[in-house]
Amino acid sequence: MAEKPTLLTVFKYLPQTNCGECGEATCMAFASKLLDRKASVEECPPLVRETRYKARRGKLADLIAPPVKEVLIGSKENGVRIGGKEVLYRHELTFHNPTAVAIDVSDKLEDQALLERCRAAEVFQIEKMGQKLKLDLIALRCASGDPGRFAKAASLVSANTRLPLVLCSFDPEAIRSALEASKDTRPLIYAATEENWRDMGALAKRFGCPLAASATGDLSLLKSLAVTLRQMGVENLVLDPGTGAEGKALMETVSNLTMLRRAAIRRRDRAIGLPVMAVPAVVRLDGQNTVAAAFKEAYLASVFLNRYADLLILHGLEVWSLMPILTMRLNVYTDPRKPVAVASELKVIGEPDESSPVLVTTNFALTAYTVMGDLEASKVSCYLLIANSEGLAVDTAVAGGQLTAAKIEDVISASGIEGKVRHRKLILPGRAARLRGDVEDTTGWEVLVGPKDSSQIAEFLKKNWGTPEAPTAPA
Amino acid sequence: MGEEEAAELSRRLLSLIEKAGVLELENVTLTAEELTLVLQPLVQAAVPAVRPPEVLRLVEARFETPVQTYPGEVAEVLVGATKAEGGTRAYTLRVGGEKYPPFYTFEGLNPNRPVLAFDIFDMKIPMAKPIRQHFEEVMEDPGEWARKCVQEFKADMVNLNLVSTDPDLQDRSPREAARTLEHVLQAVDVPVMVGGSGNKEKDPYVLEACAEVGRGERLVLNNAMLDIDYKRVAKAARENGHVLVAFTSMNINDQKKLNSLLLDDEKMPRTQLIMDPTTGALGYGLDYTLSNMERMRLAALEGDRVLQAPFMGPTSNAWGAREAWIKAEEWGPREYRGPLWETITAITLLLSGCDVFLMSHPAAHAIVKGLIASLFGEGPSKPPGADWITALE
Repeated sequence: MAEKPTLLTVFKYLPQTNCGECGEATCMAFASKLLDRKASVEECPPLVRETRYKARRGKLADLIAPPVKEVLIGSKENGVRIGGKEVLYRHELTFHNPTAVAIDVSDKLEDQALLERCRAAEVFQIEKMGQKLKLDLIALRCASGDPGRFAKAASLVSANTRLPLVLCSFDPEAIRSALEASKDTRPLIYAATEENWRDMGALAKRFGCPLAASATGDLSLLKSLAVTLRQMGVENLVLDPGTGAEGKALMETVSNLTMLRRAAIRRRDRAIGLPVMAVPAVVRLDGQNTVAAAFKEAYLASVFLNRYADLLILHGLEVWSLMPILTMRLNVYTDPRKPVAVASELKVIGEPDESSPVLVTTNFALTAYTVMGDLEASKVSCYLLIANSEGLAVDTAVAGGQLTAAKIEDVISASGIEGKVRHRKLILPGRAARLRGDVEDTTGWEVLVGPKDSSQIAEFLKKNWGTPEAPTAPA
Repeated sequence: MGEEEAAELSRRLLSLIEKAGVLELENVTLTAEELTLVLQPLVQAAVPAVRPPEVLRLVEARFETPVQTYPGEVAEVLVGATKAEGGTRAYTLRVGGEKYPPFYTFEGLNPNRPVLAFDIFDMKIPMAKPIRQHFEEVMEDPGEWARKCVQEFKADMVNLNLVSTDPDLQDRSPREAARTLEHVLQAVDVPVMVGGSGNKEKDPYVLEACAEVGRGERLVLNNAMLDIDYKRVAKAARENGHVLVAFTSMNINDQKKLNSLLLDDEKMPRTQLIMDPTTGALGYGLDYTLSNMERMRLAALEGDRVLQAPFMGPTSNAWGAREAWIKAEEWGPREYRGPLWETITAITLLLSGCDVFLMSHPAAHAIVKGLIASLFGEGPSKPPGADWITALE
């Protein structure tokens, strides 16, 4: 089928009046924003307002809909959106909607333990680069096989957690009773299979819930289920091709996830243009709660995260295993289109006072974060001036003229550092040593040349930053 | 169908739908149209919101495998020479040679399995505790260190880092460094990679001396960079039959430039070049590495000759991330966290096309090795169990 629509095709569906109501000067400019997912069709007022454009609007929405459908689990306000993917490789655009991570909870747990586990998933949080890394869903399993017990657990969980639910059972009766008990929360139903699709489809339709279709290792069956469920009127589907944990089964799982996504994007196969999921928790079937199982679950999660999984169900709640998974997700889902630069500004590390060191680095994100990480790790209290090197690393920026004495002067005066410290000593990165004379002349600050690698800053300061001299006359 | 019969059928359907939202027709075959006709007057009047019952059986759809063809392929590089080939290694490793993107096994299996090397050093250096505890007793002797990696941890290869040549550390001469390499070559019979201290002025001389004493062994010399005397290193590699690593700092254009200089101007054979486009640790630039490797590998398969070299990834860099080594109770034991950090860094590179890994932690090494076997379809396989919902505790 067709590849991604071109700018001109999109343009054809717009009013082509260049009215400017959307905020863009021309319809062509708006078309380009639509293609980059920086605007939506609803942001063109004439298309929305004027009935003569109604047909065009619908066609345009179809045309630019991402080849992988976006599916909402939970409510509009509190829910999680998965899928909505446009590209196969993140360098082509960016990946939207980070992989949602669900923690499995068994309905066999006693009420207290069940709520504690849900609570632990809900409050789990790690701070990283100013972002909070969190878990997204609770996957409640009908492990008991008892619809009544499952319904009771669903009611308890939905009343006590804000996280949206995945209701896991192959028994339609269990799903029905749990859906009735967790009314209007729009959980994801897991799962419709070759055996139960009629009932599961009917339930998804009746309760207006998203539905996962599961067919282990058989992509034609999976596609058949998706086509059939769509015909029944269930649009919000998630595909589960089964999760193999090792050997050939793992190879095939990786291959299946890759094939599904490639067919959806390169061939625009709408029938399987749906979010995909994997269940790393299956490793617990052998080792249960050993460290080895937690380790394996985590690295399998990273395999599937790398290969397009939009939803993962995990068992482990250990921070040492979740931290790398959520960091991995942060890495995969950063926007490669954004400049790799951070703001040029003053960063306060620890609790510096008026005699604390002042260091300079560049605004290349990786450099800035590494230096900040090193400073924090070494528990040094200091001020860090981030100079605008146009997003380049120190050595490149010094060589290319993007990091100069004038740029350092800019950040000194903009940051107000002169009012925060009594001394006038600046530590330059070792790789910017040759700027020393220039910086001293331009800024009037005395320059110390620091180490080439920020991991050595602590040691450098120990040797070179005793009690700073009393300030010279104020500038 | 008589009127009464139809009414009876409708009642049965209705009760079935109400009961479970299901259509189950015993001994009755109806087409969708017939059913709609029958149901309309009665059922819809009684249950207005009921779903349209037209879908009675699974609609068969065929999933077509989305294969592509690739005009290019990655060069195959041989590392390590056996006696028959003029060296003293027990085996030769084949690296690269990819015809398909990494682990797109629906298109085909790539010919060579990625290779894992352990990082070893020629002096005792500060190391994260979770790694150090495995090597404490061999850190004074690189030969013993290498032997431990090979015998105990089954390393395919070792990477000797001659850090003691750093003028700020022990400032050992290139000749002394070359003697250390000889010592390691005698201690183990696996293929060997060797690198300097990172001192841009001195490294070319260190690698030159190593290339000479290792003549015929098909070493991997680590590395050539744009801003060092890469000509000296390339000449040493070429004249002594070694493989050369072209290192650039996360920049695809620099990589193309350096590769062209080495291939075209320095006449390095394609079969003796590996590239290292920089490995960022998980959480610290791994995203750049991942996209960089993906882009370059796709370009190679699309036919960009200059980028058709296998990748090397120093995944030991994962330990640069504080999350890997820092002692922090709230983050759980670093004995687990550290090796997992390295494992996930390596896995990301593996799925982006990396061919040679430089590793530090024995557990990460063992796991990545096992995972590679799995992704090549080997080892014990258990079909995905659909029973996880009830079987998990």
